[in-house]
Amino acid sequence: MKNLLGIVFSNSHKHIISELTPNRCMGSLPVGGRYRLIDFVLSTLANSGVEDVGIITQTNYQSLMEHLGNGREWDLSRKSGGLVIFPPFSRTESGMYRGRIDALYSILGYLRSSPATHVIICDCDMIFNTTYEDMLLSHIDSGADITILYKKMPLEADAAKDACVLSLAEDGRVLDVMISPPVAGEHNVYLNIMITSKSLLEYLVSSCYSHNQYSLARDILQAKAGQYHIHAYEYTGYVSRLYSLQSYYDANMALLDPQVRRLLFPREMPIYTRVRDEAPVRYGLGSKVSNSLLADGCVVEGEVENSILFRGVTVGKNAKVKNSIIMQETVIGENSHLEWVMTDKNVTVREGRMLTGFRTYPIYIAKGSVI
Amino acid sequence: MLKYHKKKWIAMILAGGQGSRLLSLTRRLAKPAVPFGGKYRIIDFTLSNCVNSGIDTVGVLTQYQPLLLNEYIGNGQPWDLDRVHGGVFVLPPYQQSTGSDWYTGTANAIYQNLHFIQRYDPDYVLILSGDHIYKMDYSKMLHFHRQKKADCTIAALEVPRHEASRFGILASDEDGRITSFEEKPAQPKSNMASMGIYIFSTPTLIRYLEEDAENEASAKDFGKNVIPAMLASGARLYAYPFEGYWKDVGTIDSLWEANMDLLDPSKPLDLGDPQWKIYARNAVRPPQYIGRDAVVQNSIVTEGAEIYGVVDFSVLFASVVVEPGATVRDSIIMPGTVIRSGAVVDYAIIAEGCEIGEGARVGSRPEDTPDKSQWGVTVIAEGVTVAPGAVVPAKAVVDDDWSIGPPHTLDASTSAKEVGEVVRA
Repeated sequence: MKNLLGIVFSNSHKHIISELTPNRCMGSLPVGGRYRLIDFVLSTLANSGVEDVGIITQTNYQSLMEHLGNGREWDLSRKSGGLVIFPPFSRTESGMYRGRIDALYSILGYLRSSPATHVIICDCDMIFNTTYEDMLLSHIDSGADITILYKKMPLEADAAKDACVLSLAEDGRVLDVMISPPVAGEHNVYLNIMITSKSLLEYLVSSCYSHNQYSLARDILQAKAGQYHIHAYEYTGYVSRLYSLQSYYDANMALLDPQVRRLLFPREMPIYTRVRDEAPVRYGLGSKVSNSLLADGCVVEGEVENSILFRGVTVGKNAKVKNSIIMQETVIGENSHLEWVMTDKNVTVREGRMLTGFRTYPIYIAKGSVI
Repeated sequence: MLKYHKKKWIAMILAGGQGSRLLSLTRRLAKPAVPFGGKYRIIDFTLSNCVNSGIDTVGVLTQYQPLLLNEYIGNGQPWDLDRVHGGVFVLPPYQQSTGSDWYTGTANAIYQNLHFIQRYDPDYVLILSGDHIYKMDYSKMLHFHRQKKADCTIAALEVPRHEASRFGILASDEDGRITSFEEKPAQPKSNMASMGIYIFSTPTLIRYLEEDAENEASAKDFGKNVIPAMLASGARLYAYPFEGYWKDVGTIDSLWEANMDLLDPSKPLDLGDPQWKIYARNAVRPPQYIGRDAVVQNSIVTEGAEIYGVVDFSVLFASVVVEPGATVRDSIIMPGTVIRSGAVVDYAIIAEGCEIGEGARVGSRPEDTPDKSQWGVTVIAEGVTVAPGAVVPAKAVVDDDWSIGPPHTLDASTSAKEVGEVVRA
């Protein structure tokens, strides 16, 4: 599908989960045992047949670039087009972006030279799976200027802090966009994915830039909801939004539900990720594992319950890991006991340590820590 | 002629074998493509050894059922063999102006591809077999070959005396120079066995292959013809002693054992060594899920598997499902196979995409089989459905859907022959 160009913002929302993002962007947040958050949006684009994707980065993009490589795993390593990564300062007039419009302005040349007629703009802040063919068709059929993806979902007060809530007419037209409103309950939540024609995007970005406006949500969606026909397209599939450390924990734990995995990982719409060539998981003599997800490269000699083990994790003899998220290459020493814990990458928990958080307050252990 | 970048050495992997002793597992694929060790295929070990040893140009000689192997190797990217100069090439037999020939022997297969070797003008050619499980740094062997100024170096390892007559057996002097070589001798003179890994200095290889091609009495085989001819003419042949894990997985029993060896931490074949990874084309599946009441011990399991039952001493490949109440012990379950509730699988190799119905019984434990001559590993071929409640006896080889049962018609002393199925001798 050369008529749809994908633009992905890998950095937005990162301030929301600051514990996990001091050295990484949202896109490279490890999730679900073997994924980075950007895998979901990139796979949905690839599974929709989108062949050209530009990734906009801002800070801490080294781990993201390493993860993406040339985009081969998402079949985005193409002879022309394919995956393109835009770091800040990639052009003389670009710099640290104040908002998405600044960033889009700095890649106007890329937009102009693309053969696409339409552009789909996505953030990296949720675990979901879909394709965009129907949304694009709906955009064209409705005659809308902009079509935005939303889902009707219950919103807790803290979730609303990082959400745009839509008020819609019966025909799906967006009447108002409320940014971080003080609301709770069921609402139409914008999922930070929009489709528009490339020509309109070029015009809007140039025009906003000339007025020193930089916020896509505030200066385009909100300010121009009356002036332009903005259409809301409903997403009915599974989604979990990441907007806090707790929501990150919950979103991971939700993957233990077989129903959720069935919705997220259908065979015909795989979620692609970087291949690491790890050996299969080895379960030792004393291993006792229940209700857990494990990625390749793990060695389990102890007990694991209600937990997610990322690639290359070692759980020693008589160690017990419960209700925890253990990221890549973490070593849990013999006789240690972890409950309600999130360890970042390369953490070492020595023998006999006890770490316990609480369901509403899982302990987070920073990358590379030795305990 | 096109100018290619000269290479110090290249590797040629013999991957044409049918693997007829692997019975139904090689019905639709060549032996090197048989799944192994949870996420690999047998040839991954040889290909990974090549790359890890610094070889960037590899020819893979295929003949029997090449489709899957061709597709699997593809452009070689998973092994880092998608190269600007060199890379991996699948070399099937082809038609020449003088007529077309199948590969009639290992030496003939290389002989027919001499022009491929000559393109790269390598100083040395490494000849490998695509159906062995081992890790080996061929660069150390090359160093040995150069040190000895050898014409040909053969990797050799000690095998138990009673097994020696299955191998090419060589004897060498104190310096390692080979003094005799016998292919599968009835009375082995030593227990140093050829591993089927040869390094040739290129001019020697070409000379002896050309001579062998002229010889109509020759079976065109390295072990039977070329190596003895070289010895007879006084060429410098050396034995490179290899120590470590090595297994020819040519039979059902050896394939089963080699998989089980991965579960034994005392066996020196570490798949997890970051310095010597075994690369494979990976399945795109979510992490494996172990259910609330599952019991998984002494096993290796890979991406996409879902286990709700009991798994012990087994190797489970991608996307295998073991339903609640099912039991899998001492078995190898290949990609996509589903073991339904209440089914029991013991000492079996179940190929890709099978379904073992509810309450079915596949294979049996040696301790439950009074007549040991009737016991052996059970094999279920690709895509077979075993009906709910059906019983597949030990040592049976099932090629087609199976619905024979229920258990009372088949006690342990009833051999599979009586139910009209194939039983291995």
